[in-house]
Amino acid sequence: MEIIALTALALIFGGLLGFTAIYFRVEGDPIVDSIDAILPQTQCGQCGYPGCKPYAEALAAEKAEINQCPPGGESGMKALAELLGREPIPLNLENNIADEGLPMLAIINEDTCIGCTKCVQVCPVDAIVGAAKQIHNVIDMYCTGCELCLPPLCPVENCIVMKPVEQTVKTWKWVNPQIRLEDTAA
Amino acid sequence: MRKLWRFTGGIKLNGFKALSNNAINYDLPIPEKLILPVRQHIGDVTKPLVYVGDHVFKGQLLASSTSFISAPVHASSSGTIVDIGKYPIPHQSGISESCIVIETDGLDEWDPTISANIHPEKLTVEQLHALIKSAGIVGLGGAVFPSAAKLKPTRPIKTLIINGVECEPYITCDDVLMQSRSDEIIRGVMLLKKMLSPDECTIAIEDNKPNAKRALENALKKMYSAGVDETTNINVIAIPTIFPAGSEKQLIKVLTGKEVPQQGLPYEVGVVCLNVGTTAAVYDAVYQGQPLISRVVTVTGPEISQPQNYQVLLGTPVNHLLEASGGTKTDNYKLIMGGPMMGMRLPDSQVPIVKASNCILVESLAQKQNEKVMPCIRCGACTTVCPMKLLPQQLYWHAKSKNFEKLDHYNLSDCIECGCCALVCPSKIPLVHYFRYAKSEKSENEIKEKLADQSRIRSLARVERLEKIKREVEERKAKRKADRQKKKSIESKKEKVKGEAPTKNTESGERKEVEPKKVAIG
Repeated sequence: MEIIALTALALIFGGLLGFTAIYFRVEGDPIVDSIDAILPQTQCGQCGYPGCKPYAEALAAEKAEINQCPPGGESGMKALAELLGREPIPLNLENNIADEGLPMLAIINEDTCIGCTKCVQVCPVDAIVGAAKQIHNVIDMYCTGCELCLPPLCPVENCIVMKPVEQTVKTWKWVNPQIRLEDTAA
Repeated sequence: MRKLWRFTGGIKLNGFKALSNNAINYDLPIPEKLILPVRQHIGDVTKPLVYVGDHVFKGQLLASSTSFISAPVHASSSGTIVDIGKYPIPHQSGISESCIVIETDGLDEWDPTISANIHPEKLTVEQLHALIKSAGIVGLGGAVFPSAAKLKPTRPIKTLIINGVECEPYITCDDVLMQSRSDEIIRGVMLLKKMLSPDECTIAIEDNKPNAKRALENALKKMYSAGVDETTNINVIAIPTIFPAGSEKQLIKVLTGKEVPQQGLPYEVGVVCLNVGTTAAVYDAVYQGQPLISRVVTVTGPEISQPQNYQVLLGTPVNHLLEASGGTKTDNYKLIMGGPMMGMRLPDSQVPIVKASNCILVESLAQKQNEKVMPCIRCGACTTVCPMKLLPQQLYWHAKSKNFEKLDHYNLSDCIECGCCALVCPSKIPLVHYFRYAKSEKSENEIKEKLADQSRIRSLARVERLEKIKREVEERKAKRKADRQKKKSIESKKEKVKGEAPTKNTESGERKEVEPKKVAIG
C-alpha cells in the first residue's frame, strides 16, 4: 500500500515539476536583468566591456569587480554589493573621464563637422543623426554623455565637445542641509 | 450655526496683518520693462507667439497654452517686445527661464479687440470655460494650477469653497481684495456656481478678518435685495485662525469634515476650492473680457518703510515695488516671495512679479543668525503640530541618512512643507529643508531611472540591429560563395565532358565521386 502511495505521489509531483519547468520557464538569466537595472545605462564602456549589459553578464558570472562603473558612482557600487552579496570596495576611478559626476551632453560644432559618420556609428544609443558628407547632430534627449564620440574618434579638433546639461526648475536640487550646516560651523 | 471640524496639528501664529491691511494702491507707476516668464503656472510651458520688435497692446496674447494643464500669457501693458530669452525667475535657485520682455510705452493702451461682455449672464457653461482658459487664469493663492482644468471635474460637485482664509502671517492681499472688490467677487462666485452647479457654496474667511467678512456679507445682501436669488445658498463663514487653515486639504477638512485621499484631488470628495483672487479674475475675464495681467501684491515686513498692497502688472520687477514703498530700512535684508512660513527666498530683486506672487516680505538677515542647530531630542513636538498627520521626526532621520525608500513608507510626498514642524522644533533643526532636499533627490532619481530605461531600450535595439546586419552580410557572402562553387562545378563538369583524356582516367574517376555532393549542397 505504502509503495503504491509513494509512487503515486512521486509521479504526481514529478509531473508537476515537469509541467512547471516547461510552462514557467524563465528566458535568460534573471540576475543579469536585476544587475542591468542598477547600472546607469550610459553604455560608455568605462568598465572595459562594450556596454552595460555585457558588464552585467560579466558580473553575474563573477568575472568582473563591482567597482568598475564610474557613472554609477558610490551608490551604484553599494547597490551592486548588496544585490550580489559582495563586500563594498572603493570605486575604480582610473578610467573615469567625467569629473564631478555632472551630467554632460555632447554637442557637435556644425561649422567644423566634415560628415565622416564615425560618431554616428559609435554612438551606443543612436543619439547622433547624420549621413556621409552631411552635418551630423546630437539628439539631446537621448545622449547619455558617454564621450565615445569625442576625439581621437572624431578626426576634427573642437568639433564634438561636452557641455553640462542645463538646469531647469524641474531638475534643480536643494542642497543637503547637512552640508550647509557643516559649512557654517567651519 | 454651521458645524465646523478641526484638522490635526497646526499652530496659532501672530498675524502681523495690521501692517498692511488698509487699501489697495492702484497708482503704482508702469515700470520701464516688464519681464513675463512663459511659464507662470504648474504644468506645461507655453509657446511664444510674438517676435522681438513686435508692438503689443495691453492684454494681447503673447504665448499660447500647449496642453490641458497650461495657461496662456498676455501682455500686461502696451509697448515693444525687446527680447525673448532667459532671465532669472522668482525661484530659490536663481535659475533663468524663458521670458518675454516688453519695453513699455507708457500709454497703457488696451488691445482694441478686448471689450466688455454685454450679457455675461447669458453665456453657456462651455463659453464660460473657454473664456477662463483663454484668459490664462490660474490659482492665485500660490499653487498656480490652471483654473480651467479645475472647472471640468469628472464627478458631481457638492461643495464649492471660495478660499479667503489667507492663513500666512503678514499677507493681506486677499483681505484687502475682499474689502474693496466684494461685489465683483460675489458675481465671480455666481459664475463658478453656474459652471459647477454645487449643492452649496461657502466663502471661508479666518476670524481675524472681520472687515472682509462684513464687506462680502453686505455685497450678498445688496444683491439679494436687488432680486438676484442665486445668492441664497452662498454662505460667508468665519473659521478659527490656525495655520495652515488656508491650505486646500485642511480647509476642506474644516468645512466638510472630509479628507482628500492620498495623492488625490479635492473633486474626488465632491469639492472644488478656489481662491478669492482667482474668483475676482474670473469676474474680470467674463464681465470685462480682460485676461489675467495684474494681481494684488502685499509688500510688507519689518524692514520695509511703507508696507502696502498694490495692484501690480505681471512682469513688474520686485525692486520697482520696493522703491514705491519707500525702500528698505536696512541694507542687511532678505526678500521672501510669499509668507514667512511657506514663502521662498528670492536670490535677487530684479526678478518679476508673476501670477504666483501674493506677497513680497522684507525681513532682516540678522534675525536667524544666532540660532544654532542642536541634535534632535525626540521630543515629538513636530508630530503634534503636523497638519498632514505625518511623523516629521522619522522623516528627518531617514532624510539625513538618505534612506529614500523608508521615506516613501513614511509618506514624504504628502508633506505640504507648511513649516510648522521646523517652527516648533526646540533644537532649531531645519526640518522642511531636509524634506525638500529629500524630495528633490527622489525626483532626480526618478528622472535618472527614466533616462536609463530609455537608454537601455535604445542600446538593445542598436545591438540587435547591428547583429541583424552582420547576419545578413554573412548570409549574402555564403550565398555568393555557394553560387560561385555551383558555377565552378558546372563549368568543370563541362570541361570534363569536353576534354576527357584517356590518360587522366583514374583522376577524373575520383573527382566524380565528390562533385555530385557539392552540387546538391549548392
